Amino acid sequence: MKPHLVIATVLAAGPALAQTPELTVYTYDSFVSDWGPGPAVKEAFEAECGCILNLVAAGDGAALLGRLRLEGARSEADIVLGLDTGLIAAALETGLFMAHTIETDLDLPVEWTDPLFLPYDWGYFAFVGNRGAAQPADFRELAASDLKIVIQDPRSSTPGLGLLMWVKSAYGDEAAAIWEGLADNIVTVTPGWSEAYGLFLEGEADLVLSYTTSPAYHLIAEEDDSKVALPFAEGHYMQIEVAGKLAATDQPELADQFLRFMLGNAFQSIIPTTNWMYPVVMPEGGLPDGFSTLIQPEKAILAPIDQADALRDLALDEWLRVLSR
Amino acid sequence: MLTLESLVIRQDTFVLRADLSLQAGTVAAVIGPSGAGKSTLLNVIAGFFAPVQGRVLWQGQDITTLPPAKRPISMLFQDNNLFPHLTAAQNVGLGIRPDLRRSQGDEQRVSDALRRVGLDGYGARKPGALSGGQQGRVALARVLVQRRPLILLDEPFAALGPALKAEMLDLVADLARETGATLLMVSHDPFDARRIAPLTILVAEGTALPPQPTDALLDNPPPSLAAYLGD
Amino acid sequence: MAARPVPLGRHPAGPWAGWAAATLLVAFVVLPLLAVFWRASGASLPGPADWSAVRFTVFQAVLSAIFSVILAIPVARALARRQFPGRSVLITLMGAPFILPVIVAVLGLLAVFGRSGIVNQALAWIGLPPVQIYGLHGVVLAHVFFNLPLATRILLQGWQGIPAERFRLAASLGCQPRDVFRLLEWPMLRATLPGALLLIFAICLSSFAVALTLGGGPRATTVELAIYQAFRLDFDLGRAAVLSVLQMAIVMLAAGLALRLSLLDGFGRGMDRVPRRWEAEQWPLQMLDCLVLLIAALFLLLPLGAVVWRGLSGLDAVPIQVWRAAWVSVVMALSSTVLTVAMALALAHLALQRRGVEALGLLGIAASPLVIGTGLFLLINPVSDPARWAFAVTVLVNAMAALPFALRVMAPVLRDIERDFGPLADSLGMTGLARLRGLTLPRMRRPLGFSAGLAAALSMGDLGVIALFADPDRATLPLQILRLMGAYKMDAAAGAGLILLVFSLLLFWLFDRGGRQDADT
Repeated sequence: MKPHLVIATVLAAGPALAQTPELTVYTYDSFVSDWGPGPAVKEAFEAECGCILNLVAAGDGAALLGRLRLEGARSEADIVLGLDTGLIAAALETGLFMAHTIETDLDLPVEWTDPLFLPYDWGYFAFVGNRGAAQPADFRELAASDLKIVIQDPRSSTPGLGLLMWVKSAYGDEAAAIWEGLADNIVTVTPGWSEAYGLFLEGEADLVLSYTTSPAYHLIAEEDDSKVALPFAEGHYMQIEVAGKLAATDQPELADQFLRFMLGNAFQSIIPTTNWMYPVVMPEGGLPDGFSTLIQPEKAILAPIDQADALRDLALDEWLRVLSR
Repeated sequence: MLTLESLVIRQDTFVLRADLSLQAGTVAAVIGPSGAGKSTLLNVIAGFFAPVQGRVLWQGQDITTLPPAKRPISMLFQDNNLFPHLTAAQNVGLGIRPDLRRSQGDEQRVSDALRRVGLDGYGARKPGALSGGQQGRVALARVLVQRRPLILLDEPFAALGPALKAEMLDLVADLARETGATLLMVSHDPFDARRIAPLTILVAEGTALPPQPTDALLDNPPPSLAAYLGD
Repeated sequence: MAARPVPLGRHPAGPWAGWAAATLLVAFVVLPLLAVFWRASGASLPGPADWSAVRFTVFQAVLSAIFSVILAIPVARALARRQFPGRSVLITLMGAPFILPVIVAVLGLLAVFGRSGIVNQALAWIGLPPVQIYGLHGVVLAHVFFNLPLATRILLQGWQGIPAERFRLAASLGCQPRDVFRLLEWPMLRATLPGALLLIFAICLSSFAVALTLGGGPRATTVELAIYQAFRLDFDLGRAAVLSVLQMAIVMLAAGLALRLSLLDGFGRGMDRVPRRWEAEQWPLQMLDCLVLLIAALFLLLPLGAVVWRGLSGLDAVPIQVWRAAWVSVVMALSSTVLTVAMALALAHLALQRRGVEALGLLGIAASPLVIGTGLFLLINPVSDPARWAFAVTVLVNAMAALPFALRVMAPVLRDIERDFGPLADSLGMTGLARLRGLTLPRMRRPLGFSAGLAAALSMGDLGVIALFADPDRATLPLQILRLMGAYKMDAAAGAGLILLVFSLLLFWLFDRGGRQDADT
């Protein structure tokens, strides 16, 4: 290629490149992984927005919020996707988010009115075990049984924190007694979900703390119906994953477009079989087949967002005190 | 002339003093009881060990603070005189340039030196493939190409048999004579001294005495030396 | 003969390289820490829960170090005095646990010691009650599994440092095994043990996933977990930084102690071969060594076999992205290997004059990765996009983590080289590069190869993921394994674990072998 041609090409391409808007979305690592929703979401959104979607991964939800706090208003992020109900209060405190303008009609077991954060998927925590094995119907029965369970540490894991809140919300002042009863059932407490689930699959425990949707993975991806989630009479604690728009975004319209897209059919139909969670808006084709076999908890539990932090600190102290004995 | 001027060497509780000179071009032995500090004296001259007091002069120039390689000295140690991972030629070549790079001319000098010590054609061998005597010869070939006016021997041939050792000493003396170098050798064997060294420096009782004729000294040894010689 | 004169206080390879490496090392730890402190709203002092975490952390690390090293003594001795086919393969394979990602290795360990593992199946078969692996003993067991091979290698090096002639002399004096131990082996151990203990103590001190997964509950809270909590739940950067400083202080304290206790020197250069051991040529001792090696091999290789077995069945489920990640990891491993070896070489030279440098090398594993990562992020983020630095930061972090091992291996050898050949090199004026090329590198081939292999393997297996620096386009193999597990794909993760194991061992073997080839006298 002749030099002046090169220059001409660069000149022609330069402005065109500069005009393509970019939207930066901070999210957790498993979202962007090749087996998460990220790749399909990127492709679908870029096809409709004429923009570039940058998905930036930062550990898990808590690490994500940590990164945002470190960056403050200087953050490159336009949207943060992947906080959950346990982190919203802390996210609110940063003052970095702004209200969205999206009209919503969500399929959630609870009412959602938060002006800043929009849910994109949700699920129930549950103990998962093998079909045919003993199935305690609530925490008391579990504690009384000699079933072995593996759970996650609330200090380093989101499901671990979920279980803590579950027991505390369901039992209040009696939570400590429940933990005392569970102590001899707990095989070990792992740093994250993967370790716990791995131990369970290797036969180290009868039950593992996971989600009601977990059996759907085995059913759909492995055609294996041997895993079941246990319905608990107390109800099940919810995890709702949300996204929010940053006040300092330089792409406010594009950010709104993404949030609308997030609640649209394309995004929502990707979620069930990549994140293995429930969509917040029913996709056009309904849920994948395996989901119909999942248990439907009769009662959804969720600590009010403004009380979640105080409850968490209380519950964590209790948990540490009981299990350190 | 090599001059040790009011030298005081201290190592922990050990003290050695020296105040002497040696004419250029002479061959001198350093003799004394075990532990008297013969090796230490050589190491101070060679620059491996600093004296606490006094100066080392060569031809009137103060070399006390020069690093070993900057001194006009070639030294052979008791052991480890060759790098086992390098060939004989490479080991000799280090005497010309310390970085293993050699020009055509250097190559020639190395093979000349090897021929002179009787190791023609042994250049490509590594020390492990040479006998003890041959290893000594390689080290001497390096001394030859170094062309330093002062050669220090710290009993490098002690492990060789008597005949071989005598042969090597004769070779060193020849080389020193050919190049006009001054030779200072530590020895614990009076026969070695008589064989090639007309002069001897006696190191005993914390002092290195000025050089004196070897034969006279050995024939009428002072008490400290007599005890060592076992007469 | 008078004592060998000590060399004048000059530096053979130019001290600037050593000082530069030391500066980089200290800056790598101190600058991020300062950044975290600076950003923190204040440094709160550790509370009672933190102190109990410190107590547990130190306790388990001490136990792990002691057990690893004590058990390594008979293994290293058996390897040092027995020559048998497959000896070097065994030595290489035994190093594998050390380089596996923690969760892969733990699953392998559980296949043997877990609830439905081999041991419990065997116990059930003969009618005995099952054993529980979860708890302090499980943590220690896992740490021994990880570190026994390292301790064995360090001690084996010590044994090989005893010249064959000494054993001959001992034999000619009619020494019995007990005498040989007292005369030759104990002085060597006395010099080597403190360093080995310290290194493993430092590794176990920053243990996170092992202690948590096998610890059985919040009783097994380590300092690293307390740092996690401070960062994740409370966003208390000051407390995270204080805890990290505390952790480093403990390691430095232990390092000071170990340096005081360790008496290096006093042994000549060893031969590369297994020296003949007259006193050990009797059948009870041969049986003993055989038994020791068999037990050690079973203990280390059975879990490894489980990893391989699980991996083989998951191999066809391994997606293409894993192979791409393997390539990324290899490139990363090679880069950090170069950095590790260069820095260790420079620091080993500096350590000739200042023994304390060896302790300094431990900073890389004593510092909390979370705090370092956060600090680096705080330093880089204002000026540049952290993702752009992902590669460099990961390479740097991995190199720092491998540094203490490389330094531990190289420093004593360099000391020997300088003692034996330093005067000759000095008298010939070999300085700087000429000395490096003509003397140091050729004579250090073995430790160089070994350290390079160790650094490469460690870097392959190290998560190296500081979440804040994730590079979207270049996931490493360990990260992909975690992602597969996070996506329920445990079979594919096991397959990827096997690929990682093979790559790590291959890199280690290539470097280590490269160092052993053409070994001159």
